[in-house]
Amino acid sequence: MKFQHTIGDITHSFSSLRELLAVATPFRSGDALAGIVARSAEHRVAAQYALADVPLNHFLSEQVVLYEIDEVTRLIVDSHDHAAFAPIASLTVGEFRDWLLSDDATSKRLAELAPGITPEMAAAVSKLMRIQDLILVARKINVVTRFRTTVGLPGRLSARLQPNHPTDAMSGIAAATLDGLLLGSGDAVIGINPVGDNPATVTGILRMLDTLRQRFEIPAQTCVLAHITTQLEALRLGAPIDLLFQSIAGTQRANSSFGIDLSLLDEACAAALALNRGAPCADGSVGTNVMYFETGQGSALSANAHLGVDGKAVDQQTLEARAYAVARRYNPMLVNTVVGFIGPEYLYDGKQITRAALEDHFCGKLLGLPMGCDVCYTNHAEADQDDMDSLLTLLGTAGVNYVMGVPGADDVMLNYQSTSFHDALYLRRVLGLRPAPEFEKWLAGDHFARLRMESRSPALLLQGVAS
Amino acid sequence: MTLPLPIRDPGESADQAFNVPLEPDIFDSVHGIATAQIRALTPARIFQRRSGTSLATSELLSFQLDLGRARDAVQAALQPASFLPELNRALSGRASAVLLHSAARDRREYLQRPDLGRVLDAASAGVLQQRARSIAPAVDRSSLAIVIADGLSALGVERNACPLVAALLPLLPADAWQLQPVCVVEQGRVAVGDEIGQLLRADMLLMLIGERPGLSSPDSLGAYITWKPLLGRNDAERNCISNIRAGGLVPELAAMRIAALMQEATRLQLTGVALKESSLPLEAGQ
Repeated sequence: MKFQHTIGDITHSFSSLRELLAVATPFRSGDALAGIVARSAEHRVAAQYALADVPLNHFLSEQVVLYEIDEVTRLIVDSHDHAAFAPIASLTVGEFRDWLLSDDATSKRLAELAPGITPEMAAAVSKLMRIQDLILVARKINVVTRFRTTVGLPGRLSARLQPNHPTDAMSGIAAATLDGLLLGSGDAVIGINPVGDNPATVTGILRMLDTLRQRFEIPAQTCVLAHITTQLEALRLGAPIDLLFQSIAGTQRANSSFGIDLSLLDEACAAALALNRGAPCADGSVGTNVMYFETGQGSALSANAHLGVDGKAVDQQTLEARAYAVARRYNPMLVNTVVGFIGPEYLYDGKQITRAALEDHFCGKLLGLPMGCDVCYTNHAEADQDDMDSLLTLLGTAGVNYVMGVPGADDVMLNYQSTSFHDALYLRRVLGLRPAPEFEKWLAGDHFARLRMESRSPALLLQGVAS
Repeated sequence: MTLPLPIRDPGESADQAFNVPLEPDIFDSVHGIATAQIRALTPARIFQRRSGTSLATSELLSFQLDLGRARDAVQAALQPASFLPELNRALSGRASAVLLHSAARDRREYLQRPDLGRVLDAASAGVLQQRARSIAPAVDRSSLAIVIADGLSALGVERNACPLVAALLPLLPADAWQLQPVCVVEQGRVAVGDEIGQLLRADMLLMLIGERPGLSSPDSLGAYITWKPLLGRNDAERNCISNIRAGGLVPELAAMRIAALMQEATRLQLTGVALKESSLPLEAGQ
């Protein structure tokens, strides 16, 4: 279908939904690299005008990535819930934005709507939204998940404890875990990115964490973020697997470059569920959310797996939203965009990183996902801790489910800067947010007091855990 | 250096505002030994001094210093006037150095356009084509192209490339390896080596490139080896040895690992995922 918009005596035409979405996207370096950005600021706004007039139901008939060759498109189309979509079926993209901002769009209605929204619809409406729109709407959406803790309740903020070590040394991982726990991090997950992607490493780290968890009765789930096939191998060998992790992207080809497809994720999710390791949570229900996914704008382009129906690039934000269709198939415990990790060729500076993070958080929540965010940057991006503080504060305001807790915000294994245990405490303090209820209770109880007491002799404590 | 402890109301046992019962005195100067013990277990920034829930000034400035160094390293330019003579000394007559430039004009373009950093600019391609015409084909030995690019850390190149080359050459006997001109590329990415290796008709490409600086490692060098370099090779067809620097894998050990990998790659006539370093009989570098 052809889309157009006339400004003065110039008519701007767009030959496909793919092109329209690309030109309407606020500028970012990854789209420039892919050669699909607007020719001018006026060209971009013309595309936004044209996009605002596209009926939402048009998204059900025109795809940006070919149905026949892409299983993510097939998942999006085949799993679309027409009944849930009905209340917004007559709206255009522009009218959808107005409705989302209106008082008609309550938390309950937004939750019911989620299965009726496709990633492309979410991406489209986000392109017409300012940062305050992205925050205001996302804040209305509560996506609550449970394993041993309850994450995503209103007024709560959780943190992933990320105690990575450059050589996977058990004592080093344990020491950083201890620091994080003492500073109130870990209620989203205690998750380690290993250097060694093999079942023995995964099992070793998981056993150490499980020993620590049981010894101090910590209401937390653990995860080692190796490739999912490595985690499955560890699971078969008897490793104490709580959550299974995988990086995912928005096209079949990009997922293939990660060495995964939907059938592998189906198998993994079933295997993790069968372990029944979730616990009764604060509301009495047993936690059954077992998957943890990470995403990030630019991953498809970096894998040269970003082309759409007309052989041209799909913009990186639309592809990111499509990754959320993959995630929601598995009712995950945690999903986070690792927004600034990929580098300046995709998101150049603090401004681009900030907008991308809030888009990702909004789109994920709108699609029904428990969104967290790795607020982060690499040393070759035009960004610093001030940009991260700003973004962290904005995300807290938007109701982000969790952020990262990395010792001193400096990940000594992955060589990038994220947020720290202290940053999470800052956000809880300034916004009056509390940890997950189970974790909050633990922090006030005897087991945490014992952990603090034993921490006075850390060598002895760690010897008992990490030897 | 010891900072005074954060001042705290002694009656305050838990911070109700965020429900974490913090005890600033757990790892204070009285327990300084315990803090030092536990901090020695990891290079991560753990058990940092704080005021309230925020970092103490000394910890903040320590982070900012490391960040400043890392960002300076990204922006730093290679200094050919000093680097090329040093490289020629390291090559001790076995080859000579050539200075080239990628199609990325400056750092800003380099950071946003990885495609331009992967190819030579027209002038450099012309220079190299001319050099290539005068090179005799390698007979009964492998032709090796060494390429050195600034990458994301010119500092990593300046500190480590020459010591590495000097340590490597004695491990590459002249009757087994014919060295091509050693190309130094400004604003270069890993794949620019493919174009160079192809122009020089090399059997083997050794690409030395400054790695993305981490806060604790602004000066790290990476080595990529590629059998039969051609335009369009992907990273799965290379082998990488990372973190070459004084505080990481020292250049002398890196040279031994690179030589062993290149020898095995020549025997198997391949590099990439099928070439496993762990299967090599290494004497050092583990």
